Amino acid sequence: MSASAPAPSTSTSTAVGLRAEVALRLGTLDLAVAFDAAPGEVVAILGPNGAGKTTLLRALAGLLPIERGQVSLGTQLLESPAHGVRVSPQQRSVGVVFQHHLLFPNLTAIENVAFGLRSRGVGRQEARTRARAWLERVELDDHANARPGALSGGQAQRVALARALAPDPALLLLDEPLAALDVDTRRSVRQQLRRHLDAFAGPVLLITHEPLEAITLADRLVILEGGRIVQDDPPDVVARRPRSTWAARLVGLNHYRGRADGHTLTLATGATLTVADPAAQPGEVLVAIHPRAVALHARPPDGSPRNTWQGTVDALDIHADQVRVHLDGPIPIVAQITGAALADLDIAEGSPLWVAVKATEIDHWPA
Amino acid sequence: MSETTAPTTSGTAAGVAPPRSAVVLGLLGLTVLVLPLLGLTVRTPWGRFGALVTDPVVLQALRLSVVSSLAALAVSVVLGVPLALVFARYDFPGKPFVRALAVLPMVLPPVVGGVGLLAAFGRRGLVGRPLAEATGITLPFTPVAVVIAATFVAMPFLIVTVESGLRMVDRRLEDAAATLGADRWTILRRVVLPALWPSLAAGMALCWARALGEFGATITFAGNMPGRTQTMPLAVYLELERNPEAAYLISFILLAVSVAVLVALRDRFLHTT
Repeated sequence: MSASAPAPSTSTSTAVGLRAEVALRLGTLDLAVAFDAAPGEVVAILGPNGAGKTTLLRALAGLLPIERGQVSLGTQLLESPAHGVRVSPQQRSVGVVFQHHLLFPNLTAIENVAFGLRSRGVGRQEARTRARAWLERVELDDHANARPGALSGGQAQRVALARALAPDPALLLLDEPLAALDVDTRRSVRQQLRRHLDAFAGPVLLITHEPLEAITLADRLVILEGGRIVQDDPPDVVARRPRSTWAARLVGLNHYRGRADGHTLTLATGATLTVADPAAQPGEVLVAIHPRAVALHARPPDGSPRNTWQGTVDALDIHADQVRVHLDGPIPIVAQITGAALADLDIAEGSPLWVAVKATEIDHWPA
Repeated sequence: MSETTAPTTSGTAAGVAPPRSAVVLGLLGLTVLVLPLLGLTVRTPWGRFGALVTDPVVLQALRLSVVSSLAALAVSVVLGVPLALVFARYDFPGKPFVRALAVLPMVLPPVVGGVGLLAAFGRRGLVGRPLAEATGITLPFTPVAVVIAATFVAMPFLIVTVESGLRMVDRRLEDAAATLGADRWTILRRVVLPALWPSLAAGMALCWARALGEFGATITFAGNMPGRTQTMPLAVYLELERNPEAAYLISFILLAVSVAVLVALRDRFLHTT
């Protein structure tokens, strides 16, 4: 950006945090969540379809009124039904990147980026200069006069990012920004997105259902299911100790709920597992077993594993040289083995197999 | 070679061909529709085109028709587009009923519309009487009445076309504009109207064509005074007795305009899937 003309509008020098307490009902969705996001923090909102992710984003942007709760940015109250406060979307300093870029088709790339500046009272020339600087930042200044229809999906999404950032918002919301892109484009846009999110001073909320996207871009993951937050943790914690089956599947772990008593875990199905480290006190626990820690045998195994049982192969997922074997049995479980191991076992759907899990490989923690 | 497969000469669009009797009846239907156009083209006195088109009656009717139909179009845009916006973007009790009233003139016999206009704006009409008493202005049988009659019958075409166009505008674009700080007027001007333009253009073409061809309501409410309220369709009707050649000529002009409108709207109406 040219150093000559100082930006007359807002400045990010005093970035503020987001405090959100949002409750509303929309159709069958009953959304009730509360969370904070610090300045510069990237919070990924993850959850299955219908969990309320987009509804939450629309509420924070002011596009959907909340019924109860309170939304504030720093000291500015954006919405509080109890106090009769509701700042319109136009008046909120919130930038939004939508899933399908939603660029204005009749405007060129630079006009799209300048749109927010013009709406907020920046003069035509000044808005153009700043929009061009933003297009340079997303490396699209040579497409300034292209209309959205002439841009590729990745280019359009980068213009959409520039458009959202150009008015210098205090809060940035991204709704599945990479979902509409093909795999190769997604990688390059994700890298660029990461740079811009790092440079952004305010809080960022990133809605996604892609675990990789969440883990590479976010400082914190908020897992939303059925309108409620089921987990709010850093990515590594979610990856090791997911609090819901959906989140466990997301990070590829076997996940169970049960009761711990000493070295024995009793799962909801009644099956038991023996663990190496005893529970501090008896009670409800969540249990995770990594698929790589699950050994499969054609015959009953002998030796040390304390946890063995017989299951039948339900399905096989083949990814490159790794095979995920889904097994039915007293404890349904997924095992990850190599292609070579698959050939040795000589199995297909319906084959009986022995499952063995070492006591040391079972992680458990209070529910 | 099997005899059971259908002949593949010019072929059907897809699937099983309709029975031959349908083709015969269909061709008969086409004849009914096309013969009058053919007759009109053949009977138009091409040799006297120059002389007839400068005939004062023809010229006056032509000028009045162009001016009044364009005026009706302007009124329809100014009033009809906002009404379409209301129908597309607001919900209120009784909306289906109100909407039905607004588009009723599309199916109403135009002469009934003319009678209704007299009842409303006539010298002793609902609005006409107070208007005449207060200002001395009477509307019936004036060029203004021509415009009102044309607007009455033509505006619904604009409303329904624009309303359906508005329903196809991506509301999420309006959300995006709102998060960028655009007020309602800016959203309308920079987001909705550009996206709406094809529908608006089509609605305007339909509206104008309908206004240009208006006969029943006009003759009832505005009369048939050459140079004052006699539009082209009225002139055709009158001249057919006195000066058939002029009637044919005017008819052909109206036909040409209709064809031009249809060609302009080909993307909307002539595309089959």
